[in-house]
Amino acid sequence: MRLSKILERVFILFLVLWLASTVNFIIPRLVDKNPIRERLIQMSISGNYQAGFEQMVAAYEEKFGLDQPLWNQYINYMNDMLHLDFGYSFTGYPMRVSEQIANALPWTIGLLTTATLIAFLLGSLLGALLAWPGSPKFLNFFTGPLMVFAGVPYYLFGLILIYFLGVQTNIFPVYGAMTPGVVYENEWAKYLDILKHSILPALSIVLASAGGWALNMRGMMVTIQGEDYMINAEAKGLTGKRRFFAYGIRNALLPQVTNLALSLGFVVSGSILVEMVFGYPGMGALLSSSVKLFDYQTLYGVVFIIILAISVSTLILDLIYPFLDPRINSQDR
Amino acid sequence: MNEPILTVRNMRFYYHTEAGPVKAVDDVSFLVERGKTLGLVGESGCGKSTAAMAIMRLLKPPGKLESGEILLDGIDLAKLSEEEMRQARLRGISLIPQGSMNSLNPVLRIKSQLLDGLLDHGETMTGAEKLAMIKELLEEVELPVSVAGMFPHELSGGMKQRVCIAIAISMKPKLVVADEPTSALDVVVQRQTIATIERLRQEMGISIILIGHDMGLMAQSVDHLGVMYAGQLAELGGMVDVLKDPLHPYTKLLIKTLPLLAERGHFEGIPGITPSLLNPPGGCLFASRCPSVLPICSKEKPIWIEAQKGHCVACHLCKEN
Amino acid sequence: MTSTKLKFGYLRRHPQLVAGTIILLFLALFASVGRLLVDPKEAYPISAQPRQAPSMEYPLGTDIQGRNLLAVAVVGTYLTSKIGVIAGTLGITLGTILGFITAYFGGWLDRVIKIIVDVLLTIPQLLILVVIASSINEPLTTNMMALVVASLSWMWSTRTVRSQVLSLRERAFVRVAKLSGEGSLEIIFRELMPNLLPLLGACLVSTVMGAVFVSLGLEVLGLGPQREPTLGMTMYWMSFYGAFNRGMWWWIATPVVILVMLFVGLYLVSAGLDEIANPKLRRKI
Repeated sequence: MRLSKILERVFILFLVLWLASTVNFIIPRLVDKNPIRERLIQMSISGNYQAGFEQMVAAYEEKFGLDQPLWNQYINYMNDMLHLDFGYSFTGYPMRVSEQIANALPWTIGLLTTATLIAFLLGSLLGALLAWPGSPKFLNFFTGPLMVFAGVPYYLFGLILIYFLGVQTNIFPVYGAMTPGVVYENEWAKYLDILKHSILPALSIVLASAGGWALNMRGMMVTIQGEDYMINAEAKGLTGKRRFFAYGIRNALLPQVTNLALSLGFVVSGSILVEMVFGYPGMGALLSSSVKLFDYQTLYGVVFIIILAISVSTLILDLIYPFLDPRINSQDR
Repeated sequence: MNEPILTVRNMRFYYHTEAGPVKAVDDVSFLVERGKTLGLVGESGCGKSTAAMAIMRLLKPPGKLESGEILLDGIDLAKLSEEEMRQARLRGISLIPQGSMNSLNPVLRIKSQLLDGLLDHGETMTGAEKLAMIKELLEEVELPVSVAGMFPHELSGGMKQRVCIAIAISMKPKLVVADEPTSALDVVVQRQTIATIERLRQEMGISIILIGHDMGLMAQSVDHLGVMYAGQLAELGGMVDVLKDPLHPYTKLLIKTLPLLAERGHFEGIPGITPSLLNPPGGCLFASRCPSVLPICSKEKPIWIEAQKGHCVACHLCKEN
Repeated sequence: MTSTKLKFGYLRRHPQLVAGTIILLFLALFASVGRLLVDPKEAYPISAQPRQAPSMEYPLGTDIQGRNLLAVAVVGTYLTSKIGVIAGTLGITLGTILGFITAYFGGWLDRVIKIIVDVLLTIPQLLILVVIASSINEPLTTNMMALVVASLSWMWSTRTVRSQVLSLRERAFVRVAKLSGEGSLEIIFRELMPNLLPLLGACLVSTVMGAVFVSLGLEVLGLGPQREPTLGMTMYWMSFYGAFNRGMWWWIATPVVILVMLFVGLYLVSAGLDEIANPKLRRKI
């Protein structure tokens, strides 16, 4: 039955991708004037284009021109999607969108995964400790505010951090991923610079999201402590440490990981905006600049890739789940 | 060595709620003889489970052990520190739980759950010794060795209960508290489980407190029987004595409710409901339901007396022998 | 127990709910009473001396285009909350109805809707809305934004309501109601609804939170109603004009502080409602 579950998940993955790309296809065509074409026209009128612009327009017209029946356009479009070809970027011409994305993606993945992982692990541990009798009281003091701020969007935190830690006191850099125009003596210096620049954005994400994980974990641990096997574990005279980790956290981890999978969309949206605030050259910056400059090709490409990434991550998490919970395999539903 | 293995004196366990203290166990005293089984029987809510869990100090606030001595082979469990009590569990006194579907950790294999208690009590074993221990424990409860690699959800209710029994005897404790170990099982498996417990008692010489509400099941396996009602002990004595010659009206009614194969026809319950443990009425707590009630019963609480040799009761109808 | 002891007991038991409600009430008061104290027209450009730091005349200062930030705060709170509330209410109404229908009647309808909901939940709301909003060429009004946001706000409620109804449907009291001859609609309203109210409350609050979050995101990206001084647009203008570099901290602080209060308030209320819906999480006094 595991195979059928996997297939079901993969099916949904493709469904999501198909839906996303179709939406990207339909929306510009639903509106009165196709904004892509409008933009192209605008650009040629205002004359700010580079060499090869006419070829680009011609290439576009060939695939998506008005003389093409809608159906053909759609097939061309889907074909492109399968090859992850999003066309040319208007603003970065002659770069193709996929190139721009390839440049931006590593930054986002680095920042996002690291920050989310830290927040998830730290938050869950804190939350679990909060629910455990006999853990130090000062943790309450510390985690309480974190939990209160769990609903605040990450970038609001970012702004606050920028102000207090960046502008006022100049401890951390507040913009970009690396100091511009600097020549590095060695690889170490480069990495250190990158690290320094990533601290504030990562901190915004961690501070804002750790509270949410903590709260969830705490609730889970409270429920688990009432379970029969916990009581029996204590009756067995197991050490507090073993009960906390092997009996408590191990069981609370399962729903917590599900929560992670469910909130991936939210986490990604949040960190995209954080990137914007910090000028971090990831997908967020790409998204924001493509919106500002009406670079629709890039916009659609970015959106598609993000959705792809989220769906694939969700699928991966789904596949991991049976390893965490031995009961999943045997159950048919 | 005829000292009882467990002596409980004047145990009081109250739950402190917003509305006031709930007297779940009120001034209960009994003892368990070495190598024997004491059965504690009574309706739901009579305090038998609370008493057992209180002995092992497993109950949390707002419950509190108000007073009393719990002497396990001379050591007062009530006075031990948290860590000392933890050491005492499994090694000195262990629990066979009620056998629900959830009594074992769902994410650990059986072999881990058999061993972790031992490891946490300071037993170090080599890999080979661990394997040998697992094999030995599973054989004791007549389970195949293949069970060791399985997860709890792969076992039936009866098998899980056997694993719990194996865990409970793994350090050869002095006393095993079996809290309604068969209530969640079907009749056939019930018999097997009780038989296993009984066999282990004889082989290892451990003493047992068996808690339940099924008099019939009790009758088959206990040496002494205690009847609890509304947080207090009504009667206590040798099993045969209590069943053949019950002194307390409640005990008599309980016995009458047992269906016998030979008898057909009309079964009676015991009319009325248990009194509130929050604000118990004065006098004997059974007065409102007692068929032989006397005027003194609602005014004065009956004293715990030894009406016959080894047979105690708290009832105004009985006089000291 | 005296009644005052009971009341304080309630307060102590649900500190989050109480704290959150207080914050939200304060904001509501601020937005409503504030209109009487400050001229809302000053929330638009060229109504005051630009670039003023906070003073007696302009308690929250002014921005670079001459808006009185106190007026902006009052009007913006109202507008942003309006978007959130409209979108949230629409979303949860649609979601609840769908949830009921699909759980109660089951069958293939249920399977189809469940797949749709799962698919839509995987896609981050913000992204699709960015695509939609950027493709629309006319400037958005706040009401339009609310509608656009609402269109993707219903899925969570549908999922939650559906799973609750599924678990309640088989419970004894529903069967009894059926046996007593109650019709489907009656069962829905008289038996199932009352059990769902705390959960619906929590859903409403989270949907509103999500709606405010998404509309904020859109505005900060520059896709919001350009002419209206919502809190998100204020943040957009503030970053557009480089408030940080100009040292105009009051321009940054105003929307940030109010937004943080709004989110904290909403979050506390939703956590409080969660506690009520799931008593195991309640604190022990």
